[in-house]
This record gives sequence, C-alpha cells and structure tokens, in this order.
Amino acid sequence: MLDRIGARSIDDLFDEIPAELRVDSLPGVPSALTEMDVSRLAAERAATDGRALNFIGAGAYEHHIPAPVWALVTRGEIYSAYTPYQAEASQGTLQIMYEYQSMIAGLTAMDVSNASLYDGASALAEACLMAVRAHRRSKSARILLPATVNPWWRRVVRGITEGQGLQLEILPYDPAEGRMDPKSLDRFSGQDITALVIQQPNFFGQLEDVDALTRCARADGALVIAAVNPLSLALLAPPGEWGDGGADIACGDAQPLGVPLSSGGPYVGFMASRMEHVRQLPGRIAGRTVDVEGKPGFTLTLQAREQHIRRGKATSNICTNQGLLMSAATIHLALLGPVGLERVARACVARTRELIAALGRLPGVRVAFAGPRFHEAVLQLDRPVAPLLESLAAEGIVGGFDLSRDYPELGHALLTCATETRTEADIEAYVRALGRLLGRAAAA
Amino acid sequence: MRSADCSAGPRQHEVMPLKKPEPLIFELSRGGRGATAQYPAAEEAEIPEAFRRRKAPPLPEVSELQAVRHYTRLSQLNFGIDTHFYPLGSCTMKYNPRVCNSLAMLPGFLDRHPLAPASTGQGVMACLFELQEMLLHVTGMAGVSLTPMAGAQGEFAGVAMIRAYHRARGDTARNEIIVPDAAHGTNPATASMCGMKVREIPSLPDGDVDVAALEAALSPATAGIMLTNPSTLGVFERRIVEIAHKVHDAGGLLYYDGANLNAILGKVRPGDMGFDVIHMNLHKTFSTPHGGGGPGSGAVGVGKRLLPFMPVPVVGREGGRYRWLDEHDLPQSIGRLSGFMGNTGVLLRAWVYMRILGAVGMRRVADFSTLNANYLLARLMEAGFDAAFPGRRASHEFIITLKRQAREQEVTAMDFAKRLLDHGYHAPTTYFPLLVPECLLIEPTESETREELDGFVEALVAIKNEAESDAARVKTAPHTMPVRRLDDVRAARQLDVAWKPAAA
Repeated sequence: MLDRIGARSIDDLFDEIPAELRVDSLPGVPSALTEMDVSRLAAERAATDGRALNFIGAGAYEHHIPAPVWALVTRGEIYSAYTPYQAEASQGTLQIMYEYQSMIAGLTAMDVSNASLYDGASALAEACLMAVRAHRRSKSARILLPATVNPWWRRVVRGITEGQGLQLEILPYDPAEGRMDPKSLDRFSGQDITALVIQQPNFFGQLEDVDALTRCARADGALVIAAVNPLSLALLAPPGEWGDGGADIACGDAQPLGVPLSSGGPYVGFMASRMEHVRQLPGRIAGRTVDVEGKPGFTLTLQAREQHIRRGKATSNICTNQGLLMSAATIHLALLGPVGLERVARACVARTRELIAALGRLPGVRVAFAGPRFHEAVLQLDRPVAPLLESLAAEGIVGGFDLSRDYPELGHALLTCATETRTEADIEAYVRALGRLLGRAAAA
Repeated sequence: MRSADCSAGPRQHEVMPLKKPEPLIFELSRGGRGATAQYPAAEEAEIPEAFRRRKAPPLPEVSELQAVRHYTRLSQLNFGIDTHFYPLGSCTMKYNPRVCNSLAMLPGFLDRHPLAPASTGQGVMACLFELQEMLLHVTGMAGVSLTPMAGAQGEFAGVAMIRAYHRARGDTARNEIIVPDAAHGTNPATASMCGMKVREIPSLPDGDVDVAALEAALSPATAGIMLTNPSTLGVFERRIVEIAHKVHDAGGLLYYDGANLNAILGKVRPGDMGFDVIHMNLHKTFSTPHGGGGPGSGAVGVGKRLLPFMPVPVVGREGGRYRWLDEHDLPQSIGRLSGFMGNTGVLLRAWVYMRILGAVGMRRVADFSTLNANYLLARLMEAGFDAAFPGRRASHEFIITLKRQAREQEVTAMDFAKRLLDHGYHAPTTYFPLLVPECLLIEPTESETREELDGFVEALVAIKNEAESDAARVKTAPHTMPVRRLDDVRAARQLDVAWKPAAA
C-alpha cells in the first residue's frame, strides 16, 4: 500500500505535522487488555455496584423493558448506522423516526414532534429558546420557571440559555399542596411574559392544576411549555388538551419508555409542538414523501432550520439526535400499546400509594403534601436524610432523593418513588429497613 | 452474464436484504391485540377525573411477534457499518466492537440510578475516572469533563468556558468567535448559541488557514477561534503553532474541534499545539455506536486557564474513593448541560474501547486510518479522479472533486453518491465542506481491509465509466434500493411528519 502512495513508511504520512509537535508514545495511557481481561475487570466493577432495590426517581425511573427492545436496537443495522443522510439506504432509520414522531405526537396530543433531543433537561432548555423564537410579539425573553420544576433541569436551562440573555424567574409553590397556586400568576397580569413552564407531574410527584395554569398563562399572552413524563400520559391529560387551547410546546425525557437507568444516560429528550411552530423546532425531523416513481418513502425534512445548512442562524447547534434511544422508545411503545402503557402507569400509581401509606405510618415520618400524585411523593423525616440513605444503600436499598439541598424549606425531606417493578415484598423490605434505622419500628 | 441494466457492482451478496417498503406499525394495528406478557396486572389508580386523559393515546396494538418482525424488517432497510463500507467523511464510521456494548450493559452498571449514593457507584466511577485520565493524556490537556452529551454540546461547553474566562477577568468586550469557512456548521451555530458573533475567515488554495486574513480578523473583540486540525479539508494545518501565538497574543483562546482526532491519535496532541479547550467526539474516535444518529458524547478537555470553568459534574478521587465534583467544588463552572452526568453508557463503551487499544493501539489507529486514506486517494488519482488538494498528504480523510464530471457529463457528486449505494457502498459525505464544488469527503477509517478499499475504487471507476457511456443511468440512481430518489421538496411543502388516526 505504501508503494502505491509513494511513501517509504507510515511515519512519512505524518510528515506535514511539525516535527517539534510530534510525540512518539502516550505515557499515562495503560497498555492494551485483551477482550477477556477487560471483560473480567468490567464484571468485577459492575458487581461492586451491585443491584439495589430502587425507590428513587427524581427524573429517571426504573421500569421493566421488554426483552425485544434492546435485542432489536443492538442489531448492527440500527446500532451501527448513522444519521440518514442517504435516505434511500436508510429507510429503516427514517421510518422509525417517523413512527416515533407519530407516537410522541399522539401521546402528547400535539401536532408535530422532532426525532428526539439529548435528554429531558436539555430538551426543556431548547424549549425555552424555542419559545423566545416562536413568540414574536414578546420582547422580554422572560420565562417563568416554577420551583416545582425539576431543579436539575432548571440548572441546565440556566447553563444552556445564559448566553442568549433569557430572564428566568423562579416561582414559589404552595407549601401546603406542593404545587403551583394558579392565583400566584395574577401578579404577572399585563406584563410581557414569553412563556410559563409547567411540569406534570411536578418534581414532587404532585399533579399541577394544568388547566387553570394554562388558562392564566394564555390570558397573559404567554406561551405554555409542558414538561411531562411520557408514561404518565397514558393516564393523565395530555399537554395538547390542557386549558382551553392546550400547551404550545411539550417536552420531557422518554427514558421511562424502554431506556435503562444506566447510571445517568444516555436518555432521550423529546419535543413536540403545535404545527404553527414547526419551523422553530430544533433537531432532526423525518417526513413522509414519495420517490420519483410515486412510491411512499421517508426523508429528513425542514433541514433549512439546521446547523449544517443555516450555520450561525440555525434554530440550535444540535446535530445528532438520540437515535438509538429513540428507536428503543418506539419499540417499547409498540410492544406495550395503549393498554399496556396504561397498565404500567396504573401499577406505578398503585405501588406508590402502598409505599407512601406504609412509610407514612412509621413514627417520625410525615407525608409532606396531600392531593393527587403520580408515582413519587415527598416525605418529611425527623432527622437528616443523607445518612439514612447511606445506611439504606448499605442494605441494598436506594431509598430516594434527599431534597434538603434544593428545598431547604422542607426540612429533612425525601423524594421517594415506586414503579411497577416494585413488589409488595420490596416495599415491605424498605419499610422494615427504614423503620429499623429510625429506631422505632415494631419488633420484626 | 451481466445484462446491460444489471445494477449491482462487483458485490456477490444482496446489496439490501429487503427491497419492499414496510407498512407503518400503525397500519398493522388491530384493536385488542397486544404483547400481553409485557402487561402488568390491571389495577385501579387513584387519579381524580379532572386530571385524567379522556381518550386513549393512538398507539399501535400489535402482537409481540408483529413488533419484532416489523422492526427487524425496518433494520433490513438500512446500511450500517456492520453490513456495509460506510466511508462518511468527518464521521469516523469505524467498527464498534461488540464487547463495548455487552460490558456497558452489565446489570451492575445498567440498573444503577444516577442519584444513588456514591457508595453504590464506585465501580462505574472508577471506569469514568480512568476514562478522564486517558483522554487527558491523549490530548495533552489539564482537565477533562465527560458531561457533554454530543459533539455539539462539547462545542457549546468549550465556547461557554471561553466566554466565562473572559468575563471572570472583566474582559467583557470579547464577543467574537473566529471560524474558518471550512468549519462544521455546528461551530458557527454554537458560537451564536453562546451569544457570540461569528467572524468567518477564508482558507488558502492549499487548504491551510489564511493567516493574513486571521491577523486582520483579530481584535480586542476576539474571544477565540474554533479550529479543526486536521481540518475538514482533510489536511493538517501546518502553521498551527504560529496561529496559536497570534491568537493568544491578541488575547483570544483556541478551541479545538475534535471531529478529526482519529487522524492524529498518539501522534500529536492538541494541548501541545497550543489549544486551550477541546471537545472529543467519543462516538467517532473512540468507537461508540452512531445508533442511527446518536447518542453521541462530547467530552471536553481544558488547559490550566479554563480548569475552574469546566461543566459539572466531574469524577474526583479522594483517598481511593470516587465522588462527583459539582458546583460546590467548582464554583466558577459554566454549570450543567445534562440532567445527570452525561451519557454514562456511552462513556463506558469508550472506556472499554480505550482499554482494549492501550497506548500502542491508539497510535496504530492513526497509522492505519491515515494509511487507508492515503492509499485510497492514491488509487483514485491513478484512476483519473481529481483530488481537491493534490499536493497535500491526506489525513485520515480526503476530498475528491467531481466538478469536471459535472461539467462534462452533467453527472454530479450527488449522482455518484446515489449510484454507489447500488454498488453496496454507503456514500461518502457530499457537498461538505461547502467551499469545494461537487465534492466527496471520504474517510475509510482504520477498520477496513485493503480488499474493501479496492472494491470501493472499482465501484467509483465503474460509475465514472458509466457516466461517460450512460449518464442517465447514473443520474437516476439508485436503482436497487427499497425506494428511488425521494421528493425532498414535496416532503417540506406537503409536510407529513406524523401519522394520525383517521377521524372516527
């Protein structure tokens, strides 16, 4: 091969790199392992992490994932393909995108969906930027972010939108109900507000009065951004039907639909909107069209929004979507269908109700908020949460998320969750362990 | 005998296993059907009526077999690296070792909640810490944050750090980012997203940056420059040290777009070239799957000056234990870019890949990807194709321009690309970079054999000959894919982006 090139050695091929810059080794990088050795090392480390009983949500949820989901998406034709730039050789990926978009649009009752974003947090940030572009009459770039919106997501919104001068205003919640009081929006009446974000269910697991909030926002001329758990939409009113006209943008994380917890990612952000805003959506979109013979087929469409065409004037700098996870979510939804998905959602509600009832009976434990909830709830304890969580972890139980840093006003507060994966015995184990730690459990 | 209209090239196997389009999953749906083994038991849920969904969502109702067959068939309408040579320039479509996937999906890693106490995550954090360290040594930087979820987010983090650095020094007038005209579209889009103004500078005819134009562009408003090296033109920027000096002297910082890191892995380090901040596309250089367009992972590396501004969280090690460093540890951080800690599962795959390669293997990546690219370029030039930068060494990718063919036979780069599909090769990147007319940007990667490269040359030669004898055949390609060329204009004008149930 070198002869063909006219080079004496492979080193010659690097002769345009200034000699003083070149390195001839990589100290600090370990030497190679065989597949057998790296498998052993990884297995040991994975075993150290163990397999806890998860009673934690806070934005990522353990659910049963049907076996076909990952068997299918790890097929080489899906796993090792790229963005469908050559549509004729990528009809599989494109059709999955189209089916995904249809399912997300259907679940949220919105007109259109993109083909996914990185995760729920960055999707919310993109939704805020999109609202500023889409709401032409609003000049303030002022976004109302209730404190009941996931605090991690709020940090990401700040991090991603900071350079573009958005004004993010954190709204307080009703301390008795753990949700927004629609009347608290009255003080913005007559002001220029670009958008209100509503998370449903909210970070505490409580259900917001989305209809009243949407009506208030609309009356003030603000757009409504819905941040939703897509699984909950099997049971709860979809953003497209909130208030009198529905939300303008719906976003969230589709992780609960076939994507494993995986220590934090990769997850899959989704975003859907009304048709009138479709040209402001960020990210890839697949469309159905016909070929030169009139046969139906799929292609990437509305690419004039995107960075590879519009460069500095694009709707976002996003390039890839979250293809593999989008495919997993699509297959997951196809397997569960409307009936299965609703059963999963109902089982989550039922398990959480049982968990909260049992934990709430322990002395020193108080359920923070009444009112309807989905599959998470806040408990207030009589002592700091973090040491308790460490002790529970030592027993193989991840008991929830310590709220004291983000919500100091709630005292020693714990956000806990039970999905359909938790059995009666799991719940009993948690209740017994926490009771023992609190030192006041009835003798086992 | 090969008939005149036989479309397949030298390949013996079927180019695409399926020719027939597959119906939509919704069209297979029949009320009451379902993968019932996946359903939990039916239960009551205490949700007040006012909060409830009134009408079930329009999801398909199919059996498990129907779903499995449908998505298996859809997969068979795709080219992937596992099935086809995929020389998509600038995307580094190398082999994704299967073991990277199987180890990242070990239950201990897979079932762990990101907010579980750090005591339950020492295994995964050990891997991530090692990954940070390896990336640091490979790039010659002072710190690494793994949290950006894609290359574009890594770019965002980089420019946001440059902005934060200047602001922390009270240098608030620096609001311009210089970007060469050959840059990826994400570079200017990122600069805009960070609230910066974009200043584009031209490239010289030999592919290097026009240093005189750069000097003219530098000013007290310069926040920094974004460079890819080797550039998207497939050549190494020879005056990089001089460029770095000039930008630094003007008070700006240098951003390295790691899209082409594969070409120089273990040969030269961005930190030594003078870059202050870089992002790495782990899904390119470190072989994590492209997944039909994601997930990516865009880890960033920084020099000393930018250490305090890194996005959080970062894995720290204290007394043999690992923990996440957050805003409290890095109070000047540009903040968070992902809900948790980035695409951990992708990072684990990159860790496995790097441990298998080791220090020597990483240098061999650069050796063989560069050898393959230069060999392919030499053979194509011998066969009469025009290189865009004929006097230059190719890096791990190179550009041929088909402007002669476009002029003489009216056969464009797009036509060549579509006809290549009939020969069983995914097309190279077309029409990028924008400044080379009728271009194909070709990146073979180190994974391919000489036989595969030779087959690709034969296919391109066959298409070139066909363009001379039967241009119409090339211009109407592909002929063997499940669909012919698609009507993009109709797709945009008569927008159909979601299936809707027929009105009841």
